[in-house]
Amino acid sequence: MSTPAPTSLPAPAVDLRDLRISLDGAPILTGVDLTVATGEWVTVIGPNGAGKSTLLRAVGGLLPAPDAVRLFGTPIGELRRRERARVVATVAQSPVVPSGMAVLDYVLLGRTPYIPPLGRESADDLATVHEVLDRLDLAGFHARELATLSGGERQRVFLARALAQGATLLLLDEPTSALDIGHQQEVLELVDQLRRTHGLTVLATMHDLSIAGEYADRMVLLADGRIVATGTPEQVLTEDLLARHYRAHVRVIPGPHGPLVLPTRPNRPNRPNRPNRPNRADHAVVAPDKSRET
Amino acid sequence: MRLALKRSRPVAPAGAGTLPRPARLRKRWLAAGVFAVLVALVAGVSLGPVSLPPGSVAIELLNLLPGVHLDSGLTEREIAIVTELRLPRVVLGLLVGGLLALAGGAYQGVFRNPLADPYLLGVAAGAGLAVTVVLTLGVSTGGALSGLPVTIPLAAFVGSLGAVAMTYLLGSAGGRSRSPATLILAGVAVSAFLSAGQTYLLQRHAESIQEVYSWLLGRLATAGWQDVRLVLPYFLLTSLIILLHRRELDVLSVGDDEAASLGLHPQRSRYLLIAAASLGTAAAVSASGLIGFVGIIVPHTVRMLAGASYRVILPLSMLFGGAFLALTDVVARTAAAPQEIPIGVVTALLGGPFFVVVLRSARRVLT
Repeated sequence: MSTPAPTSLPAPAVDLRDLRISLDGAPILTGVDLTVATGEWVTVIGPNGAGKSTLLRAVGGLLPAPDAVRLFGTPIGELRRRERARVVATVAQSPVVPSGMAVLDYVLLGRTPYIPPLGRESADDLATVHEVLDRLDLAGFHARELATLSGGERQRVFLARALAQGATLLLLDEPTSALDIGHQQEVLELVDQLRRTHGLTVLATMHDLSIAGEYADRMVLLADGRIVATGTPEQVLTEDLLARHYRAHVRVIPGPHGPLVLPTRPNRPNRPNRPNRPNRADHAVVAPDKSRET
Repeated sequence: MRLALKRSRPVAPAGAGTLPRPARLRKRWLAAGVFAVLVALVAGVSLGPVSLPPGSVAIELLNLLPGVHLDSGLTEREIAIVTELRLPRVVLGLLVGGLLALAGGAYQGVFRNPLADPYLLGVAAGAGLAVTVVLTLGVSTGGALSGLPVTIPLAAFVGSLGAVAMTYLLGSAGGRSRSPATLILAGVAVSAFLSAGQTYLLQRHAESIQEVYSWLLGRLATAGWQDVRLVLPYFLLTSLIILLHRRELDVLSVGDDEAASLGLHPQRSRYLLIAAASLGTAAAVSASGLIGFVGIIVPHTVRMLAGASYRVILPLSMLFGGAFLALTDVVARTAAAPQEIPIGVVTALLGGPFFVVVLRSARRVLT
């Protein structure tokens, strides 16, 4: 390494220096510098097409950036694939669900970097997987087919596979986009808990800004392939920045665990009296509370 | 912490016997596969124009093992029928059926496509065209089919690789919008194109039509030990490569990106497996002509009955595929005795309706 760090400081989990990625000739990332400390949770936000997923793919080693990406101090180009897979695990945006595969077998795939090529998994691998399944309250699901699980259960299984990989850097690409708000919180609480108990570092992309801000230590706003803002959620989630880079009309109000971003409709045309329009309140129907009737 | 996660429970906890096990080839399924092969072997050798008692045939087959000398009660002539006429034919059927089913299972895995099959992908048509070229243009030494010159399997291999490359390129021309059906459509188009080339060649070389057709329709009938010897090395090589990669095929089923982030080289594994499956198809086609649908019937039946993991599908497909083809051959030569029905016709008659079943069960994947 060209600049040896002082031995007292541990190398950051992720260190990006002038990361540039082009896909099919089109520049996607145009010089990104970012460090993520070990144990930190950093969430990347940004409008569609800003390059969030590309950034995660580069950090995960799926796009060639041999020198621009360093994981725990080592340039990613110097890691063999199997070594890299023991360091960084990815939960993709919409993972492929192989038909007919049971939960146990799917999570066992996470042990691939520990299984010799052409070999089979050991009792140790199996024990690790059962431990992860227990940890994620999936012990009863081992024989269930992936395709039969609900969205929240499936997301926990994807997480379980990443944990079985034994990597300490977890990349989450839109981990909650397919979930209702209850399951979103459940999954993110789980990730946060695992981060503390297992010393994980989390680099995530998310669309829901309020939820993103509640869980992240630090946020990065990506636009047009470069970082335009970075800092605490309070520093990044501002009406001004979001208006400028998302072209969005939002109100930002302080919440108990971070700023809450509320989309508001821009200048709704003033609609004066519309006599034909029924009063909505008159037509509101509320289901009677049946629990009290019996 | 990673180490803590990994080692905090180094051995399975108490009650390990009740811990659920991952998908692996169960012993009883393996035994069932071996049993099917043995049944096919005895039935294939016993049944024919001269029926022989299966018990005596089994004893005679045991006699082939070194150090075994039992009295089967068969005459010298019957023993000759067993060892020189019927056994090589049954063994070739086992090898060819095993290869076709194994190749079909491997193609289904690498293309993540339940409909992939040596025939639907155009691989067999490619091999067929290449062999036709060799036969009609007299590239092979002497041009004779007898004795299967080594040029025929080699030509078939080149033809099958060319065809699968064409299908793959054509099928991925749709870019991101491509679906499993796109690949099969491409395979059908490539098959039609290559078959047209073959028909043209036959038209131009009418003198070799007889020879080519008797080969095209399946020629287990004329099989001798020399055919077995010729196919055996390809069989061993193909099955070794594919069976060793059975776990990787499971990993590939989650997609290339995720397989790569799990530490694999998906594209490298894919090319190797395609080459191995195409080599197996080429060997099968050059030994026995065009026998369709084995590569789709057998792996799918195994998948439905024994499990969806390729660690289960591939070895069982090899065993049951061999047994299936050897038994189909019994039907082919006894159903309309003394005439023989070409074995490719029998498998197609069975495979057509079966394909509808596969399509129905694969509908979810295709849409």
